[in-house]
Amino acid sequence: MQIDRDLVMYLEKLGRIELSEEQRTASEKDLQDILTYIDTLNELNTDGVEPASHSFPVANVMRRDEVKNAPQVEEILKNAPEQKDGCFVVPKTVE
Amino acid sequence: MEWEIVMGLEVHTELATKTKIFCGCSTEFGGAPNTHVCEICSGMPGTLPLLNERVVEFAVRTGLATNCQITQKNKFDRKNYFYPDLPKAYQISQLYLPICRNGYIEVKGADGEPKKIGIHEIHMEEDAGKLMHDEFEDCTLVDYNRCGVPLLEIVSEPDFRSAEEVIDYLEKLRAILQFTGVSDCKMQEGSLRADVNLSVRPKGQKEFGTRTEMKNLNSFHAISRAIEYEARRQIDLLEDGEAVVQETRRWDDNKGYSYAMRSKEDAQDYKYFPEPDLPPIEISDARIEEIRESMPELPEQKKRRYREELGLPEYDTEILTGNMAFVTLFEETVKLCDSPKDVANWIMGEVMKLLNDSGTLPEDMTLAPAKLAAVIQMVKSGKINRGTGKTVLEKVFTDGVDPESYVKENNLAQITDLGAIRPVLEEVIAANEKSVSEYKAGKTQAMGYIMGQAMRALKGKAPAQEVQKMLHELLD
Repeated sequence: MQIDRDLVMYLEKLGRIELSEEQRTASEKDLQDILTYIDTLNELNTDGVEPASHSFPVANVMRRDEVKNAPQVEEILKNAPEQKDGCFVVPKTVE
Repeated sequence: MEWEIVMGLEVHTELATKTKIFCGCSTEFGGAPNTHVCEICSGMPGTLPLLNERVVEFAVRTGLATNCQITQKNKFDRKNYFYPDLPKAYQISQLYLPICRNGYIEVKGADGEPKKIGIHEIHMEEDAGKLMHDEFEDCTLVDYNRCGVPLLEIVSEPDFRSAEEVIDYLEKLRAILQFTGVSDCKMQEGSLRADVNLSVRPKGQKEFGTRTEMKNLNSFHAISRAIEYEARRQIDLLEDGEAVVQETRRWDDNKGYSYAMRSKEDAQDYKYFPEPDLPPIEISDARIEEIRESMPELPEQKKRRYREELGLPEYDTEILTGNMAFVTLFEETVKLCDSPKDVANWIMGEVMKLLNDSGTLPEDMTLAPAKLAAVIQMVKSGKINRGTGKTVLEKVFTDGVDPESYVKENNLAQITDLGAIRPVLEEVIAANEKSVSEYKAGKTQAMGYIMGQAMRALKGKAPAQEVQKMLHELLD
């Protein structure tokens, strides 16, 4: 896969960030290097190998359906840059 | 030209678990903002999700009840999108290996014959938080109580051809979800939500037309209206030689129209990938059987039991099993007063009328089975007549009165001492000489008038048959 300037700018849009021109050039190269590195995996023959969905051979890690948490509004809102009436405040969002 | 409507449904249902899907926060509806929130569901860095085992069980129940194949090795995927209702900036969902696939629900087709609506898949995911616009400060407030509440998304095949089929499917699905205890399906609380994908095509054409997706459909009534509106809108566009644009539309039920939310140019790119924070789920044959065996009775099984064991007619079983609230009321009341047909009649007649007149949804009904049983018992034993029974039930329904005390306090019980009736009838005869002489002269219709006067004097509290008999004794 080829990383070009348009793709970097599209990723900026999805990630809600804005890069400078120098950063774009650097990202283009970095992303391309990462992909090329990953591509070496394609040299392996994986016919008949089931795709792994997780790094460790564990399954069914679950908890019982029991309420464990008490209200902790103050703690939760501690990290909110802004709060009002027990809510997080974010810039106006319109559907 | 004759047009055909083609629809598919995406139904989201909030599960009736005690806790959220990945943390031990309560799922209770309506708490003060952010009181059911912890570091996991608010997406704090460094936290890890831990799956609620009930969610898997409920998903399997739903799959079994809708004739699906259960995916025995399944896993979660990460759906990335940036919106403040989702603090992690991604939703944990299932894309590649949904827990249930290839099922169906039977509805009534256009010809009256059963028609199978295919279920493409059912997958588990987490709900998002609630955004509220603050008019004064022109900002948005976020409450994450709902964030992380477990959801099932039930995706149908594009098999619907009419609004009637859609509503029938939703009613059947709702009954299944309620009967299996998977969800309470309260549409007004958002625990059952349906999005409709709709396109039209000339009848006979094989290819699908361009479809739109409609959101914000908050009642079955709104769904019917939105379907009608959207089909008309698309047909009008095509007949005017214009094209349908693929887009998401929001239905405004007050104004009776829909408007475009996001168009295709703004198409979302969710960059799905396998969720690294959750190990896969494996469901053995034995576990599937265990869940199947522990499943509560489904609507069809209840219908059969009501017919075969309780002797109810088919029609009654259809109506009663149409809603879990009726089933609970029916079964609990029968336990207390043991006359299934009477109980069925009272529910289908008076209770449904009271719900209708007051605009109450069955699931919001507060009528206690013990009180309904008491009214039925009093009518059955002759303590009050049916008309009084209806009045008492209405009082029970609206004010929650105790039926027995209410009858006593308002002196509504039937006169059971026949000796007490005779003097009243003698007074009535004395006061209606004219009709009495007409009757004695052979004008039998006069009896009706005398009878009416007698029942009036008795305030309807005496058995009509006995009154009539006694009048004949006194006059003939």
